[in-house]
Amino acid sequence: MNMSNSTVQLHIDGHQVEVAAGTTILDAAKQAGVQVPTLCHHQNLSPTASCGVCIVEIEGSPALKRACCTPVEPGQKITTNSQQLRGLRKSLVELILSNHAVECPTCASNGKCELQDLANSMGVEFDRFEKVVDKRPNDTTSVSISREPNKCIACGRCVTVCNEIQTVNAITMSDRGFDVAVGTFFNEGLGNSSCVNCGQCTVFCPTGALRERSETDSVWNAILDPKKVVVVQEAPAIRVSLAEEFGLDMGEVTVGKMYAALKRLGFDYVFDTNFTADLTILEEGTELIDRVKTGGKLPLITSCSPGWIKFMETYFPDFGEYTSTCKSPQQMFGALVKTYFAKERGIDPADVVSVSIMPCTAKKFEARRPEMRDSGFQDVDYVLTTRELVRMIKEARLDFKNLPEESATDIMGAYTGAATIFGATGGVMEAAIRSAYYLLVGQSLANLDVKIVRGMEGIKEGTLSIPSKELGTLDVKVAVAHGLGNARKLLDKVRRQIAETGKSEYAFIEIMACPGGCVGGGGQPYGCTIADRARRGEGLYREDAGMAKRQSHENPEVARIYKEFLTSPGSEKSHQLLHTCYWERSIQSGSCLELKTHKHAASHAH
Amino acid sequence: MSIYRTHILVPIDEGTVQAGVFEVKRTLEREIRERGLEGEVRVLETGTVGIVGKGVLLAVYPDRIYYSGMRPSDVALLVEEHLLKGRVPSSLKHAPLDLQDGAKVLHRTGLTLPQKRVVLDKAWKVAPDDMREVLASGGYAGLERIVADRMTPEAVIDEVKKSGLRGRGGAGFPTGLKWELTRNSPGGRKYIICNADEGEPGTFKDRLILEGDPHRIVEAMTIAGYAMGATKGYVYIRGEYALSIERMQKAIDQAREYGLLGPDVLEHGFAFDLEIKKGAGAYICGDETALLESLEGKRGNPRIKPPYPVAHGLWQEPTSVNNVETLANVPGIIARGAGWFRTMGTEKSSGTKVFTILGHVEHPGLVEVEMGTPLRELVFSYGGGVSGGRKFKAALLGGASGVFLPEGLLDVRMDFESLKENKAVLGSGAVLVMDEDASIVDMLFSILKFFAHESCGRCAPCRIGTRQLLNLAWKLRRGKGRETDLDTMLRLAELMCGTALCPLGQSVIMPVRSAIEYFRGEFEACVKKTTEEARV
Repeated sequence: MNMSNSTVQLHIDGHQVEVAAGTTILDAAKQAGVQVPTLCHHQNLSPTASCGVCIVEIEGSPALKRACCTPVEPGQKITTNSQQLRGLRKSLVELILSNHAVECPTCASNGKCELQDLANSMGVEFDRFEKVVDKRPNDTTSVSISREPNKCIACGRCVTVCNEIQTVNAITMSDRGFDVAVGTFFNEGLGNSSCVNCGQCTVFCPTGALRERSETDSVWNAILDPKKVVVVQEAPAIRVSLAEEFGLDMGEVTVGKMYAALKRLGFDYVFDTNFTADLTILEEGTELIDRVKTGGKLPLITSCSPGWIKFMETYFPDFGEYTSTCKSPQQMFGALVKTYFAKERGIDPADVVSVSIMPCTAKKFEARRPEMRDSGFQDVDYVLTTRELVRMIKEARLDFKNLPEESATDIMGAYTGAATIFGATGGVMEAAIRSAYYLLVGQSLANLDVKIVRGMEGIKEGTLSIPSKELGTLDVKVAVAHGLGNARKLLDKVRRQIAETGKSEYAFIEIMACPGGCVGGGGQPYGCTIADRARRGEGLYREDAGMAKRQSHENPEVARIYKEFLTSPGSEKSHQLLHTCYWERSIQSGSCLELKTHKHAASHAH
Repeated sequence: MSIYRTHILVPIDEGTVQAGVFEVKRTLEREIRERGLEGEVRVLETGTVGIVGKGVLLAVYPDRIYYSGMRPSDVALLVEEHLLKGRVPSSLKHAPLDLQDGAKVLHRTGLTLPQKRVVLDKAWKVAPDDMREVLASGGYAGLERIVADRMTPEAVIDEVKKSGLRGRGGAGFPTGLKWELTRNSPGGRKYIICNADEGEPGTFKDRLILEGDPHRIVEAMTIAGYAMGATKGYVYIRGEYALSIERMQKAIDQAREYGLLGPDVLEHGFAFDLEIKKGAGAYICGDETALLESLEGKRGNPRIKPPYPVAHGLWQEPTSVNNVETLANVPGIIARGAGWFRTMGTEKSSGTKVFTILGHVEHPGLVEVEMGTPLRELVFSYGGGVSGGRKFKAALLGGASGVFLPEGLLDVRMDFESLKENKAVLGSGAVLVMDEDASIVDMLFSILKFFAHESCGRCAPCRIGTRQLLNLAWKLRRGKGRETDLDTMLRLAELMCGTALCPLGQSVIMPVRSAIEYFRGEFEACVKKTTEEARV
C-alpha cells in the first residue's frame, strides 16, 4: 500500500479514500461522496460536538465516534449507516425535539431550520418522549437581536462564533445540566452586554432561537398610513442576496427586481444606500488626504460597519480618534433624506418615514444611537434586515423572480460601481483608492480593479504608490480586516506599533465586523457558509465591472448635492450632517462611559 | 529523642473530627499530664484507620487494642485502668487491632480482619505530619532507590509497566503506558496531575489516603515527574476535603524543606514541585479532561477526545492525570519492585484495591484487600454481613456510575476482568449494600437525580436524557408509570451510552440496565400498582 506521511488511507462505507492526515471522519466521508448527518456541526466553525447525530461505527472499536471531531486513522473501516446508527440518530433527534419548542409555523426559521430538516428527513415521531421544555422568557433587551431560549438546542454555535470568530465574548453557556442556557454577563441580556449586534449568532443558529428584532409590522403600518411619505434605501449587499431566496442563483444581482418589489410593497420613494456610499468616499477620502497633509492621526480606519464601531468603542476605545468621523452610508442617507430631499420636494420632514434595508442587525442599533438625529428627527426610523424584506415580499405574494426591472429615484438613487462593492470585504478600501488616486494624481488609475484588497483572506494588506503632483510619490500601506477576530489581531499589531515607534506602518485600514463584509452580514438569509458569502461578493464585483461609472467622484448626483446643498466635502454642513463622534463603552454592560471624540474635532478642513 | 513505653494513636479523619476527636485528645493529654505519664506515653495523631461510623477511635500500642465510641468522659477510666494498671476496662468498647500481621481476632469486628495494606500501610499508624516518622517508617524509599540505583526515567516507567499497575479511578488504564505516552509526546513542559476530586457517591478512599499518608502522594508524583520529564505537578483536591488539603499542603511544605521537592530534588539534578488546586464541587471534574479545563480556570466541561491529555493536556502540553490510589501504589512498586507488586492480586489486575463498604452492613468502612477478593468476602467478612440480621438484596458497586449486583452474583471476584465479564465495573471501589427492605426503584431514582444534577449539559444526549430518565423514575416511584416506561428508560440509557460525549453520560446505562435486568419485578410492581390504583 502506498502511504505517505501526510495522507491517510481508509475505508468509508466500502469506499476507499485517501485524505490528508488530520482530516475528520466527516470531511473524509464527504470526499468519499458520503454525507454523514449532522446538526450542531457547521463547516465554518470549530466543532462543539454537542449533538451526537454524526456518530459512526469504526471496526474494532466498541465506542461510537463523532465524525465531526474525530480525525481519521490509517486503515480504519468506518460505517456511517447501519441499523444501530439509524436507530440511535432517530432517537437522538426525538430526544432533542422533546426539549425544543416546536412552533414551526410561527418561527422565523421555518423552512430554513436545520433541526426541522433533519427531523423531517429521518421521519421521527414527535411523541416518543415526554415534552420537557422549561418556559424561559425571551431576551428582548437588545434592539438588534432577540433570543428565544425555548427553541435553543444548546448546540453552542452562537457561543463559538461570538467568542472564536468575532472575539466579542458577549455570550457563554451558563448553568449546568438540563438548565444549560446561553447567557450574558450576569444574565442581564444581550442589550446590556458587550454584544456588538453583529448578528453572526443569528446567521449560524441552526434553529430559530436567534433572530433579528423584527420591525416589519412598524414598516407596514407606515406604508399603509396615507399621511406618511415612506422612503427606502437598500444597502449594496441587498441586491445580491435576494436571488437565493427566490429560486435564482446564489450571487445573482437583482437590483431592478429589488426596486420593483419595494415599489410594489408601497414605498413612496425608492432610493439607494449606494448613493451615500459614493458620498462616503468623497467625505472619507477628503478626511484621509487631509490627515496625510496635516499630519493627523493615522491610520485612518473606516467607520461604515456599526458592529465594528461598537466593538471599537468597547475593546479599542483608544482607536476612537483614528476612526473616520464619517457616519455610515445608512446614517448619511438618513440625515440627508429628512433635510436635502425633504427641502427639494417641499415635504415636511416630520411626515417622512425613513426605512433602510440592511444585511445587518447592528444597523438597527446604529439607527437608534442618540447621535443619529442630526436632521432634527431620528434620521433612520426603521431598519429591516434582508430576512425581513424577504418575509415582506412573501407576505405581499410578489412573484419576485418574474418582476419586471425598475429603477430608483435619481436624486438619492444614482450610484457608481465603487459604491456597489461596499458590500464586499475590501470594497470600501478599493473605492477609496480609486477616488483618492484621482484626487491626488489628477487622473484615474490605469486599472480600476484593485485586486490586492479583494478576496476572503482574513487580513489583506498592500502598498500603493501614488505619484501625487503636490506631495510627491506617496507609498501608502493599507490593510483590510473582516470579522472582528481579524480586526482584533490587526489592531493589536497597530497598537503595538504605535506604542513602540509612535506610528503605524499603515495609513488606511478598512474594518468590517462580519466575515466577508456586508454580504456576510448578520441580517442575511439563514444557512449560508463562508463560501456563499464569497459568491455574493463576486456578484457585486461583476456589477461593478459592468458599470460605465466606477469611481465615486463621477456620480452626478453626488456632484449635484455638493453644488446645491453641502458645498464641498468636509464642509461645515457636511460635518453637521454626515460626521459623528465616538464613546468609550463598558465591557460588562456595553453602556457609554465617556465621549472619546467630539464632532468636528477631528477635522481641520474648514 | 525519648523512648515511650506506650503510644496512643488518634486517627483523625472527617468522621472522627465530627465525632469530637479533638476534645477527646485534649482530655487525654491533660489526664496523662496530671498523672505524670508524659515521659512514658505519647499521643500521636494519625490518618484514618478505615473504620467509619464508630465515633472517636483510639489505638493503644504496642498493646494492639483499639477503643471506639470514645467520649471525653471515658478518658479518665482509660488512663487509670489501661495506662496505669495495665488492664483493658471492659466497660469501654474495644477490640484487638492489627491490620498488618493479621493477628487473631478475638471478636467479630469486620474491618479489623487481616487486610493487605499497601497504600494504606502508614495511614493509620504514622503521624502524617511528622516528617521523622514518615521517613523512619519507609517514606520516600522509592525515591531513594531511584537516586541510589541511578535509575533512568525509562527504567522507572519500565518498572511501573512490569508491575501491571492499572488506573484506580475507574477506567483501569495501564499506568506505565500512560506515563510512557506522556514522556514520548513532544512538548516543552509536561505535567503530572493527581486527580483527588473524589466525587463518586459512597467513595472516600482518596480522602483517607490523603489524610493519612500525604507524603506517599508527594513521593509518587515526584517519581512520576522524574519518569515523564515533568517539572510541575498539581494535586486537584475536592474543595470540601478541608483536612486533605491541609495535610497535603503541610506535606508539600515539609518535602520542600527536606529537599524532596524543589529545583534540585535530592541533589539528583532534576527539578520538581507541587501545587494544590481546589475543586469547586462538580462531579464532572473527576473526568480528566473536565478537570484540566477547571485547572485552566475554565468551566469544567469535558473536552473532545482525541487529542488525549497524554499528548495535549494541561495548557495543551503532555499531561498524565492519575488517581490518588493509583499514585499511592507507585512508591512501593519502585522501592520493592514490580515482582513484589505482582505477588498480589490477579494476573491482569495486580496489586490491592481499597474498597469503601457502606450501606446496610454491620461494619461500614474502608478496607484494602488484594484484587480478586470475592464480593461475598467484602460484604460478609469485612463488612460483618447485612446489618440487623436481615437478608442481602443487592450491592451497588462503583458508585452512581456503577451496577447493582443481586445475591446470585455475590461470588464475583473484585478485579477488572471478572467484573467486566459480569457487565459490572470496579469503578471507584464503593460497595453499597442494600438489605431486603431497600427499594431498588428508590435507589435508582436517587442515582438518576444525581446524574441530572451533575450532567454538565454540554451534549444533548446527556443534558436531555438525564432529565427524561429522572422524570420516568419519578413517575414510577409515584405510581404514575406505564408499562412502556421501562423500555423507554433502557432505550434512553442505551442512547446515552452510544452518543454521550463523556463517561458521565455513557455510564448511566450501568445502574439503569442492571437495576431493570436484575430487579425487573420490582419495577413492574410499581407499574402494576398504578394500573390497579387507576382501576379503583
